[in-house]
Amino acid sequence: MPTIIEVSNVRKVYKNDSVETIALEGISFKVQKGEFVAIMGPSGSGKSTLMHILGLLDKPTSGKYFLEEEDVSLLNEDRLAELRNRKIGFVFQAYNLLPRISALKNVALPMIYGGLEEEEGLIKAKRLLEMVGMGDRLLYTPSQLSGGQQQRVAIARSLTMNPSLILADEPTGNIATSQAEEIMKIFVDLNKKGHTIVIITHEEDIASYAQRIIYLRDGKIVKESKSKRIVKKLV
Amino acid sequence: MDYKEIISEAISSLLLNKTRTGLAALGVIIGIGSVIALISLGQASQKAVENQIQSLGSNLLTISPRGASVGGVQRAGGTGTTLTLDDALAILKQFRGSLVNDVSPEFSGRRQVTAGRKNINTQVIGVYPQYAQIRKIQIDKGYFISTRDVEGMTRVAVVGPQVAIDLFGEGTNPVGKSIRIEGIAFKIIGQTLAKGGQGFGNPDDSIYIPLSTAQKQIFGANYLTSIAVEVKDDNIMTDAQNQIGYFLLERHRLTSPENADFSIFSQADVLSTASSVTSTFTTLLAGIAAISLLVGGIGIMNIMLVTVTERTREIGLRKALGAKNKLIIIQFLLEAVILTLSGGVLGIVLGITVSFFLSHSMGLPFTVSLLSILLSFGVSVLVGIIFGIYPARKASKLEPIEALRYE
Repeated sequence: MPTIIEVSNVRKVYKNDSVETIALEGISFKVQKGEFVAIMGPSGSGKSTLMHILGLLDKPTSGKYFLEEEDVSLLNEDRLAELRNRKIGFVFQAYNLLPRISALKNVALPMIYGGLEEEEGLIKAKRLLEMVGMGDRLLYTPSQLSGGQQQRVAIARSLTMNPSLILADEPTGNIATSQAEEIMKIFVDLNKKGHTIVIITHEEDIASYAQRIIYLRDGKIVKESKSKRIVKKLV
Repeated sequence: MDYKEIISEAISSLLLNKTRTGLAALGVIIGIGSVIALISLGQASQKAVENQIQSLGSNLLTISPRGASVGGVQRAGGTGTTLTLDDALAILKQFRGSLVNDVSPEFSGRRQVTAGRKNINTQVIGVYPQYAQIRKIQIDKGYFISTRDVEGMTRVAVVGPQVAIDLFGEGTNPVGKSIRIEGIAFKIIGQTLAKGGQGFGNPDDSIYIPLSTAQKQIFGANYLTSIAVEVKDDNIMTDAQNQIGYFLLERHRLTSPENADFSIFSQADVLSTASSVTSTFTTLLAGIAAISLLVGGIGIMNIMLVTVTERTREIGLRKALGAKNKLIIIQFLLEAVILTLSGGVLGIVLGITVSFFLSHSMGLPFTVSLLSILLSFGVSVLVGIIFGIYPARKASKLEPIEALRYE
């Protein structure tokens, strides 16, 4: 199995005036292709910082990050933007859909930056929306959709460029519990189809959908375990 | 990158807040509109001045005394006393047939004129009969001043139509009536045909009397205020100007043109002076209008900055989805340019409309130059780029994490 993520001794220190805050203190782990990993921790544990580094939105202060075996710490902004576009599919807690345009166009949005033809893009976007169960709401704008529905659109968008990695930051954080389960099922399905998924959460329930859970506290990995659900299944 | 998509997005985001977009564009609309209107009005009035001056004859030279020097202070042209009737007659004698058709010695000044109880202050011009032909004055009623009038120093006058109206009221034939100039009675022998307002010394608002009468009885002077020379052909204007100039220098016993106590100018000179005056005015007004365009541009920048702040999250998202900085700049720059360009188009329409109605009501010819329209297009795009670049760069410099976090 090829390695998608390799993080090696990553430190992140924020300097605010003269006060230094250590967000990550020497983190190392790997994620293989096809894995479904949850990164868990209370607020302030550094999990958001880790997510930003994994998503190429931020750079580590020291340490190495290899995305599909490419050292990304040396890349310039434009190259990072390209990698974000082609290799990473983001799902945010607040969905972050563009409010003015339809679900279909939102899903097709990454293609503007990836250089795909518009028509081809829209066909693909339609197929992705159908896959997440939004095929009957292609032309709705985000404000006409519920939180759960918006997140499905966001998940569809994360798949647009066939990324190597789907990165979800508290994807159910703003969603009612009943709908949260359905969202997680979509992730499980995607994982079954071979997508590599890293999900960041502070909820044990949500983390339990993953195969592997990495526990973070005060910027360090404190524990790693197989998911209870899988353990349950095994039993 | 799909520019069609970016353009349609820019338009839809501008349409999202129509009031704000409209108000922001208004500055550019007014700016471009007033530039267009003022330039075309300026060109129209320039054309009108040119037409008027051309109608005076392109083969006319006017000789005026250099301003008199009083205690070292140079007074305005025409106040000197060095030009005489003998000069005029000498020029005629010297050049008639070779360079010159005819010469008109003139003395003009403003005087109080009365008829009955009416009392006006107007231009009184002492003339030779040649005046009418050289200055292109036509007679409507009666006769113009004759050689006998000049030789006999008679007290006769020819009035312009405006003078006739002012003194006797509309529709009255002034011929045969009597007027008083400085208390001296004159008999009106003719009225000139209306020529239309002409700025300096409106011929319709003038009274013509024999030169001899004017010099001896009205003004008490033995010099001339101007000599008009009709040159044989407009091709030899410069030649005539030079030869007459040197001839007069010699007559006045002056050694170099710098000391000349007179000046000679052609209609072309007057034309170029007048043109330069109107074009200075046009430039000045267009400059003022350009300032309003600058203010409009600042309004655009202000709105674009607000837009960037409002859409911080969107910018963060776009960056997360792979938008390069260049593309973010292009997106916001394009929005600014579309805003100013549409403002510019509306401004051009507004400017043409305004100048059409204004030139109509001012009796000027209506002209719109293609150049000023093309220039306005260019300028409005330029305004969009100049005032859009800072907000666009600001947008592109946002850190994606900060931008995503922004509430």
